[in-house]
Amino acid sequence: MGRTLFEKVWEDHVVTGGEGRPDLLYIDLHLVHEVTSPQAFEGLRGAGRVVRRPERTVATMDHNVPTGDDTPVDPLSRQQLETLARNCEEFGVTLHATGSGREGIVHVIGPELGLTRPGITIVCGDSHTSTHGAFGALAFGIGTSEVEHVLATQTLQQRKPKTMRIVFDGERAPGVTAKDLVLAAIGTIGVDGGVGHVVEYAGPAIEALSMEGRMTICNMSIEAGARAGMIAPDETTFAYLRERGVEIDERWRGLPSDADAAFDREVVIDVGAIRPQVTWGTNPGMVVPIDGVVPEPADEAAERALAYMALEPGTRIQDIQVDRVFIGSCTNSRIEDLRAAASVVRGKQVHPTVRAMVVPGSARVKAQAETEGLDEVFAAAGFEWRRAGCSMCLGMNPDVLAPGERCASTSNRNFEGRQGAGGRTHLVSPEVAAATALAGHFTVPA
Amino acid sequence: MKAFRQVTSRAVVLDRPDVDTDQIIPKQFLKRIERSGFGEFLFFDWRKDPAFELNVQEGRILIAGRNFGCGSSREHAPWALEDYGFEAIVAPSFGDIFRQNSLKIGLLPVALPEEQVRELMERARAGEELTVDLEARTAGGFPFELDDFTRECLLEGLDEIALTLRDEPAISAYERAHALV
Repeated sequence: MGRTLFEKVWEDHVVTGGEGRPDLLYIDLHLVHEVTSPQAFEGLRGAGRVVRRPERTVATMDHNVPTGDDTPVDPLSRQQLETLARNCEEFGVTLHATGSGREGIVHVIGPELGLTRPGITIVCGDSHTSTHGAFGALAFGIGTSEVEHVLATQTLQQRKPKTMRIVFDGERAPGVTAKDLVLAAIGTIGVDGGVGHVVEYAGPAIEALSMEGRMTICNMSIEAGARAGMIAPDETTFAYLRERGVEIDERWRGLPSDADAAFDREVVIDVGAIRPQVTWGTNPGMVVPIDGVVPEPADEAAERALAYMALEPGTRIQDIQVDRVFIGSCTNSRIEDLRAAASVVRGKQVHPTVRAMVVPGSARVKAQAETEGLDEVFAAAGFEWRRAGCSMCLGMNPDVLAPGERCASTSNRNFEGRQGAGGRTHLVSPEVAAATALAGHFTVPA
Repeated sequence: MKAFRQVTSRAVVLDRPDVDTDQIIPKQFLKRIERSGFGEFLFFDWRKDPAFELNVQEGRILIAGRNFGCGSSREHAPWALEDYGFEAIVAPSFGDIFRQNSLKIGLLPVALPEEQVRELMERARAGEELTVDLEARTAGGFPFELDDFTRECLLEGLDEIALTLRDEPAISAYERAHALV
């Protein structure tokens, strides 16, 4: 029987295993950031261990960095950033520090620097590591103990997950983005629909996406509970890699799942029926089309979500007013996202009661956008144009919502308090975020 | 890693599905560079409500709804639960990364069928002490699954890195065979 893309990559990386033990999986690329690594480096130091393959370990600063031009770093954040710099120096790890011109959100710079490649294994102490699966890599998030394990051994002990394929059948309607596809998929299978599985996204609507759109899809795999998300590499992948100076390895053409490969579970999504999506609750599976209404609560969790979000069932999504708009995060902060948002706001004005910001995913994305004049488009429309970082996706830096504020956000999590204690997050695409900033309420681009 | 054999205790019932790690330990506490001291910040925002489950119940076992620990990979979540005093968590299912992180620090995640979790919740609410026994692989008398290797690591509190480093020759051979050196 044939093998899936995931099985090919997994089997190619098993160092040893069997006899009841988990597989020992070789890790080709370990991405590191300041939040989940200090205790891991400290563990190495305490045990007198070294980083086994520093040249396969790449660090950057993203979660804590302020994105305002003159915003000071708070003392605890500073300590964490300085600790990363010290650890990288001590252990010989390359660090793309703030101000280096190569820094940015860890999942934006990996692909951008040509580090993310088909068929490799990638881990990072961050659940959105699934982003890199867009290239046909096996990429997943790990905790700090496993970060330490990879630093010390360049391997991980892992049980083989199950496989799931989500086939996106049909063609996207105009105005429907990769973000809408993945939100609709999460709404369909639920926030625990992917637990224990690696998901492969397939079908004509996936093949038609750019690499950046594919990254948006894979990025949110974890929001369905999946261990990882993957997309078979194709000519689109190779073109993206060539542009970044990566030589194409002919073996990559053998990675796609074989025609007779079997998946533990298969789901088919009718893309033609998908409209732009907006979340109404406190997890990404609580989502409806933008022309829909806030649903009647089906259970206690939904009731709690409605109370937290201060929403009444039956309210039209387009009647919900927002205070803030955030365009950024590892889900939607790449150049195509910014171009799409800029095309919506060009020559228009942000609604007077809305505070809107655009945060490029990396220093390179920021520079590219400025070359194209997008910064001026946003500034003229009344958006704040900021420096690269995770920003308001998780509020570990000064970019946070005030209690009660409602935000249209292109990020990945609408959990309670995620963007600031008491803040209310609605997940949307960059296009909807941009149009919403102009209108002051949820809407699609005119 | 801390060893785990068994715990007998009252249990705290948190009957909510999809409890994410942002609730377990909010982001502002992730700036610390230590591994300890997270317990006082466990469920920081929810604990502001006097009626919140942890404010009115005590125990070293937590019984929760499905998909407990979904979301962010922050190991600070199991650190906070462990530091607060929990030794085992029983739920119908767990976020994969959270489950993995918990096993690494000797905080035992026990997955049981939903109806058994419901029954344990009822028994805990009635004041019964429950036993989670790793040697016997039972929780409140219900058998649970955990592979032998992971069980052994937990029972002995083994250092997984030291264990893997025993495979150093195999790792080096892999690197040579794949021209990774």
